[in-house]
Amino acid sequence: MIEWLLEPLSFAFVVRGLIAGLLAALACATLSAFVVWRGMAFVGDAMAHAILPGIVVAYALGISLFVGALGAAILAVAGIGLFSRRGQLREDTAIGVIFAGFFALGIFLMSRMVSYQDLSHILFGNILGVAQGDLTAMSIVVAIVLFGVATGFKELLVTSFDPAHAVAIGLSPDLLRYGLLMLLALTTVVAIQTVGVVLVLALLVTPGAAASLLSRHMGRIMAISVAFSVAATLVGFYASYYWNVASGSAIVLTLTVFFLMAWIVNHLSGRASYVS
Amino acid sequence: MILNRLKYGGTCHIPAIPHSAALAVQGLSFRYPGTVADTLEAVNLTVTPGERVALVGPNGAGKSTLLKLILGLEQHTRGTISVYGNPAHTCLHRVSIVPQRSSVDWRFPVTVRQVVTMGRYVHLGWFKRPSSEDRDRVQHSMEMMEITDLADRQVGELSGGQQQRVMLARTLAHNADLMLMDEPLNHVDISTQELIFHTLERLTGEGKAAVVSTHDLGILTMHFSRAVFLDHRVIADGPVQEVLTPETIAAAYGFKFHRDYPSAAVEHDASRYPGAAHD
Repeated sequence: MIEWLLEPLSFAFVVRGLIAGLLAALACATLSAFVVWRGMAFVGDAMAHAILPGIVVAYALGISLFVGALGAAILAVAGIGLFSRRGQLREDTAIGVIFAGFFALGIFLMSRMVSYQDLSHILFGNILGVAQGDLTAMSIVVAIVLFGVATGFKELLVTSFDPAHAVAIGLSPDLLRYGLLMLLALTTVVAIQTVGVVLVLALLVTPGAAASLLSRHMGRIMAISVAFSVAATLVGFYASYYWNVASGSAIVLTLTVFFLMAWIVNHLSGRASYVS
Repeated sequence: MILNRLKYGGTCHIPAIPHSAALAVQGLSFRYPGTVADTLEAVNLTVTPGERVALVGPNGAGKSTLLKLILGLEQHTRGTISVYGNPAHTCLHRVSIVPQRSSVDWRFPVTVRQVVTMGRYVHLGWFKRPSSEDRDRVQHSMEMMEITDLADRQVGELSGGQQQRVMLARTLAHNADLMLMDEPLNHVDISTQELIFHTLERLTGEGKAAVVSTHDLGILTMHFSRAVFLDHRVIADGPVQEVLTPETIAAAYGFKFHRDYPSAAVEHDASRYPGAAHD
């Protein structure tokens, strides 16, 4: 059994994959509680899709995927802010337009520039294809996300719970929202490596949703989210290594099983039910 | 400029101007972008320290808007608002809000203690965590509102009255000199109402000022010495008995006052149930 667990770790590229997966799990799970409770699932999904053109362009030019993805994410957040300003359009409408437009642009570029093999890695993730340089960049990004949430935790709490009080004490809920969106974008870029564009949403929503079924305390919800995500990433990693399945699908399926178990526990213990 | 917007909390070095009004609103007009009529027209209002003022008027009269402007939730272009002699928003320590219930996300997973602690944030700012002094103050505020046994409960699980006690405890922790409350009595049980008013009476006795918006006219006669009747403009301002005449109520709520009732019954009905004088 020990041997079975250790065998993959004798290859450097496999270890890199595992570390990348754990980093992504950590960042996503940390934000997950806020994504779930602030109702940001849609914008999270949009963000994941909107960075596709950035990744494709970076890939074709041979520059860092992070730079490309981040550029696209900043453009998308700015666009959403611009179109939904002053209530000309509802924000979810602006998100929908930007999301579809950017994703279409990504697919358009991809069909001109990139091979099918690479396409599948971008869409579904490739945990075993992480370069050393990527890993360094991912570590920095995850550190930024963790630092951001730790620094702004009490401010995020008050703007989420009572925006009127937040303004009264001099905080700008808009500024905090954009800050959170940027952290979300950074996280998405990291997570795409392991689960791909299509399934990033699951890493952002499912851990927080499962944890919310088990606790009503923000700190505990975040801790449980992280535990679920790390466990699911380990399961997905070994499944990917031994059975040659897409790592993202294995991770997300495991998370979904955790969610179902949490739901059953919640149901049996007769807690006040969670409705999104 | 962006850095300025990012800054909040910490110590306020701007002293209150001695003998100035707790709140002075002069010639304040406001129109929401994209609407054709002014929500507030040339509103004048002065509140002195120690005063408890009821802000009454029908729904949509601009009560919440006035409170939002004082807080800086909306920006005004005409008129001035000053708090203890300084322009509004110069010292955020001095003004606290108990917002309308609907603007709060009650389902968000925060505990009672966390919410009351939010009242201390304005004294902390970024990076700083509550000190033991802050925690004592939070504890004391919860004791005053009799919610210490609920400290670790999630706010969404509480009753309306308990939730309102939490909000008032947060205002106590904030320790503001001007307390604003937007419809604090909706969905609140009688004993909580009494506790809220008892606390307000004590605090205003210590020299703090309170402006409470309400459309419940019944409580006015009991708990407020002064009422301001607002319907886009200030229709009446003065002692409750003078402000709450059947005529002002009729004018503010937009119906015609009929005189063919025995006068005693009218006064009773009109002050308790504004709708009852309708037909």
